Amino acid sequence: MAIKGVAEGKYNLREYLAFIGASLLEDKKSVFVGTGLPIIASMLAQRTHAPNLLIIFEAGGMGPRLPELPVSVGESRTFYKAIAASSMHDVMSLSQAGYVDYGFLGAAQMDMFGNINTTVIGPHDSPKVRLPGSGGANDVASFSQRLITIIAEQSPRTFVSQVDFVSTPGYLDGPGSRERAGLARGSGPYRVVTQLGIYGFDEKTKRLKLISLHPGVSLDEIKKNCRFEVMTTQEAGISPEPTDNDLKILREEIDPAGIVLGK
Amino acid sequence: MEVLSEGMGELIGWHDPDDAREWVQKNKSRELKDKTMSAKEAVDRFVRDGDYIAGGGFGHVRVAMAIIYEIIRQRKRNLIMAGKTAVHDLELLVCSECVNKVEIAYAFGYELRGLAAGSRRMVESGRCKVVAETSNGGYQWRLLAAMMGLPFIPSRNLLGTDTFKYSSCKAVKDPFSGKPINLIPAAYPDVAFIHVHRCDIYGNAQIDGAEVEDVELSRCARRLIITTEEIVDDEYIRREPWRTKIPFFVVDAVVEVPYGSHPCQMPGRYYFDEEHIAEWFRLSKSDEGVNEYLEKYVFGVSSFEECLELCGGIKKLNYLKKREFLREPMIAPWRERNSKK
Repeated sequence: MAIKGVAEGKYNLREYLAFIGASLLEDKKSVFVGTGLPIIASMLAQRTHAPNLLIIFEAGGMGPRLPELPVSVGESRTFYKAIAASSMHDVMSLSQAGYVDYGFLGAAQMDMFGNINTTVIGPHDSPKVRLPGSGGANDVASFSQRLITIIAEQSPRTFVSQVDFVSTPGYLDGPGSRERAGLARGSGPYRVVTQLGIYGFDEKTKRLKLISLHPGVSLDEIKKNCRFEVMTTQEAGISPEPTDNDLKILREEIDPAGIVLGK
Repeated sequence: MEVLSEGMGELIGWHDPDDAREWVQKNKSRELKDKTMSAKEAVDRFVRDGDYIAGGGFGHVRVAMAIIYEIIRQRKRNLIMAGKTAVHDLELLVCSECVNKVEIAYAFGYELRGLAAGSRRMVESGRCKVVAETSNGGYQWRLLAAMMGLPFIPSRNLLGTDTFKYSSCKAVKDPFSGKPINLIPAAYPDVAFIHVHRCDIYGNAQIDGAEVEDVELSRCARRLIITTEEIVDDEYIRREPWRTKIPFFVVDAVVEVPYGSHPCQMPGRYYFDEEHIAEWFRLSKSDEGVNEYLEKYVFGVSSFEECLELCGGIKKLNYLKKREFLREPMIAPWRERNSKK
């Protein structure tokens, strides 16, 4: 059922998601990060294969050497040994102007075009569950060239045909709809990471498409935990596994208190 | 310009730019005068029932807590609050029933710590209304437009989403590129409160670390209350004028409140008081708990210092300083709450 390494007790699911997130980031590129796992993944990337990853925070922190996991994307850790601590206007403007290669978000609910809901479950004006709203996510997804999203719990409730509320744009209604709405040309969702696999988006249909299964996960599980038909191909591979060094960095340097990565 | 689509959110705090200028001309003085006063006096003079209010900093970073407690203590009502990167600030003001309308970019959450119990209960039970949605960038640019004295600012976010549909923005055809572009309306809060590292008696203020959106907020708010860790001599400000983030002539009140962001963080000074935030997490699960908290820390004390004493006094504050400088390890006493997942 579960990821092999998790079942064997080598690492837990959150550690694995953080590792996969890190593996998607490249050195000498910029990443605009949201709270939680995206920060942890970026910190791991910076401490392994991407030492010159330019991490950007919405409140103004740019290029920090993060000493420990920040509690807030606006707190002082986000500009610890940074190249700048400026303002939201500065960061959002630079992003809108094209300086952000990767946006990196966590989310709870997504549809087949990668649209994200973080606003409400149920009707907007009499919500069953009220969530925090877009926050900076709409901006990150509108402005960054490639968006990576982690959905920690893929299930029929979270991978849905239509989200209750499009807080943050994916490919909206499909091919060409971002550009028709006025969003930046060529921008959009790039990867989605869940507890089951890594997804990309089909060039032609802009629909979620499986890239790799996490080790030990079956195609059947992917299909069962999804309300729409997820595109799969013969060449879907197996996701990589963390090294002992990756796990050591996650456990000892980034989140020693186990706040996010703990059981 | 051709309007392509319009958000149906309530347009909060917008004014015709000529009316906004006229208000400034009539009500804001360029006189260099001593504006120091108590939090009590500042709230009494500048916060009226029904006002549209906004807090500086980042929701739980660099927050003017003394003003928030004073608004609660003076039982201000029917306030509309800017949910711009809102965390502990909005949470307390909604739970204390001072604020009953909010425009949301981010609220009802504590970032890494999880969702907020109190303000979500107020919204889900209909006691607080969400009248418009936007994004953090979207809210920040509402303030930028107002600071610039413009009716709106064009942007390329929000487009195509339900966040736009519930916002007060309009999408138009850009006369230059011919593409759709979003117009974000200006927002002029009736009163804003910003906590800073240091400022002189006139209101010239310095902020260490990220400004977030306080340069914009300070200039667009009609009334501005500054709380400061310390008051410094005017000569100190004039020695390095490039460090002035807020000039005196937009400031209406200066309140000296050492540790004035507690239990929130003050960058370069002290870290979050996670134990206190955990206590709020525990108590905010019920209306009774909220009342217990407010009785203990807001109504039951006569000053901010007394509140700090209740939270552990000098010993706690020294610990929070060490924690800020990474000389104490991370703790997460609120974590039990989320660990069941």
